[in-house]
Amino acid sequence: MNFMPNPLLEIKDLHVWFKVFEGILKVLDGVNFTVQPGEKVGLVGEMGCGKTTTMKAIMRLLPMPPAIIPKGEILFKGKDILKMGQVKLRQIRKKEISMIFQDPTAALNPVFTVGTQLQDAVRFAEKSGKNTEKEDIRTRAIQVLKEVSLPDPERVLQNYPIQLSGGMRQRVCISMALVSTNELLIADEPGTSLDVTIKDQILRLLKELGEKRDTSIILISHALGAVRGMTDRLYVMYAGSMVEVAKTKDLFAHPLHPYSQGLLAATPRLTGGGIGEGIDGRIPEYINPPKGCRFHPRCKDAMPVCKDKKPPFFKVDENHEVACFLFQNCR
Amino acid sequence: MQKDSSRQEGLSRKWEDIRRSWYKFSRNPLSIMGLVVICIIMFLAIFAPFVSPYPESASKFINFYEASQPPSSTYLCGTDVFGRDILTRIFFGCRFSLMMGATVLALIVPVGVALGLIAGYYRGSWLDTVIMRITDIFIALPPLILALAVCSVLTPGIFHAMLAISVAWWPWYTRMVYGIASSLKGEFFVQAAEVTGASRTHILFREILSNCVAPIFTKMSLDMGWVILIGASLSFVGLGAQPPTADLGSMVADGSKYLPDQWWISVFPAFAIMLIVLGFNLLGDGVRDALGAERG
Repeated sequence: MNFMPNPLLEIKDLHVWFKVFEGILKVLDGVNFTVQPGEKVGLVGEMGCGKTTTMKAIMRLLPMPPAIIPKGEILFKGKDILKMGQVKLRQIRKKEISMIFQDPTAALNPVFTVGTQLQDAVRFAEKSGKNTEKEDIRTRAIQVLKEVSLPDPERVLQNYPIQLSGGMRQRVCISMALVSTNELLIADEPGTSLDVTIKDQILRLLKELGEKRDTSIILISHALGAVRGMTDRLYVMYAGSMVEVAKTKDLFAHPLHPYSQGLLAATPRLTGGGIGEGIDGRIPEYINPPKGCRFHPRCKDAMPVCKDKKPPFFKVDENHEVACFLFQNCR
Repeated sequence: MQKDSSRQEGLSRKWEDIRRSWYKFSRNPLSIMGLVVICIIMFLAIFAPFVSPYPESASKFINFYEASQPPSSTYLCGTDVFGRDILTRIFFGCRFSLMMGATVLALIVPVGVALGLIAGYYRGSWLDTVIMRITDIFIALPPLILALAVCSVLTPGIFHAMLAISVAWWPWYTRMVYGIASSLKGEFFVQAAEVTGASRTHILFREILSNCVAPIFTKMSLDMGWVILIGASLSFVGLGAQPPTADLGSMVADGSKYLPDQWWISVFPAFAIMLIVLGFNLLGDGVRDALGAERG
C-alpha cells in the first residue's frame, strides 16, 4: 500500500468494535488507508459502511465505553495516535489535524457568538496561548473568515450561529478548522445538509483552500460526483474495510471491484439514461457479518472462495489495488 | 478607533440580550407579580431595622402590658405572648429566611453543578459511577428527613441548619446537570471543540456549562422557595434558629400553642412564608421563560 516512503497518515489494519446489548458489532474490519502529504483523498461508500467511524477513530472521538479498538494502528507522521497521551493528542488536534462535520448547525455552540468560538479556536492554536494579544486574535479571526469568502466578517463575528444561514455556518466551521489545521483536514460530507448550489460552493472553497495551503484533505462522501472533481486518489469502502483504491481518474474510468462498479452505475448521469440499476441488498448486519468477503452475498460474481477467505489487496497496476479474488492473478 | 467601536457594539448587544430576556419575562403577568413580591420582601428584609414599626421587638424584649394583642392600628399584626410586635418580627424573619436561602444555594450550586458536569462528561467511567452512586444515595433520602437527621447531630442553630439543608440539597443539582451534560457530550459542537484542541476545562465549563445555565438558574429561583420552606420547617421543630431570634418557622411554632384563640401569632408568619415561597415560584417560572434557549 505504500506508494511513498513517508505517508502523512497511515491506518494499518484498524478494527473497531462496538459492545452493545445484542453482542459485539464488528464495524471496522481491517481498514488500511494512507494519505500522503498534500494529497487530496476521497473516501466513498454507502451509508453505514464505516466512513465516519474511521474518521472519528483518527480524531479519537469515538465514545470509548461502547467502542473498542482490538487491533490496528493509526500512524500520523509515524506516531500512533491511538497510543498517544492527552497532551500529545491535544497538540495534534490544535495544530495539525482538523475535522469538518456534516451538520454545521450542530457543530457550533448555540449560546456563544461566532466571534467567541472562533477566537477560542485561534487561542488554542496559537502556541503562545494567553500571551497573544486580544487584538491579534481578532485580526486572525477576521482573516480566516475572509479566507472562506464570508462577506462582512466583522458583523459575522458578532452573530450567533442561529442568525447565520446554513452555508454561512458551514463556512464558519471551515474557518474554525482552518485555524487549527496545518497538515490534514478531514471533511466529513461537508455539504450533505446544505442545498446543492451551496454544497458546490463549499466544495470549491475546500478545493481552493487545499491547493493554496497545500493541506492534505480527506473528503468523505457518498456522492461520487463531488469526489471526482476534488480528489487525487479515491478509496471505496464497503462494510468496514476498503475494497478498492486507485487514482480518481482511473477508478472512474475502470472500476474493478463489483461493488465499485455497482456504485458507479447507480449514479445518475447528465447525459441521460436515467438512474442505473444499483446494487441489490443492503449493508450486512455487523453483529454477524458474512464470512470471507463481506460483499459476497450481494456480489453477482461471487465465487466459492469468497465465502471463506477475506480477499487481500491485489495490485492491478502501480496505483490501482482491489480487494477481490477476481483479480488474484494480477499480483 | 476600531477597538472602541467593536467594544461599544458588544456592549449594545449585551444590552439588547438583556432587553430581550426582560421582554420574554414580562409577557407573563404572574412572573411580574412574583418579581414584585420578591422585591418588596427583599426591601423590607434588608431595611428591616428602619422600616419596621418596633425594631426592638426583633430580639430580647418583653412588654407584658401589650402581650397577646390582636391586630389593631397600633400593632398591624398583633403582638405575641411577650408583647413583641409580630410585623416587626416577620420583617426580621424574612431577613433570616432570605439569607438562609441565598447561603445554601451559594454553597450547593457550585459543588452540585461541578460534580454533575464531571460525571456527565465522563459518563460510563469510574468517576461517573462514584459520583452518581453517592448522589443516588442522597437522593434516596427525603431532603427534610436528611436535614433533620444532620441537624439533630449538630447543635441546633441557624448555621448548622444551613449546613444540613445543603447536605440534603446538592444532589439534585448534580443529577440535573449530569443529565444535560451527558446528552450534550455527544453533540457535534462539543466534538468540534475537542477537535480544535480545547482543554477539558474549556469543554466542561464553557461549552457544556453555558448550555446548562438556563435550567440551573430556573432551578435556583424555584429552589429558593423550597430551601426557605425547609429552613422554616427545621425552625418549626426547634432545630433551626434559636429564640430570641426572629425566625418565621419558630414564630409559627411558638404561636401554635395559642391557636385558635390568638391566631395572629402563627398565622401571619405562616402567611409570610407562603408569600415568599409563592413569589420565588412565580419568579422561577418567569426566569425559565426569559432564559429559554433559542436554537437554530
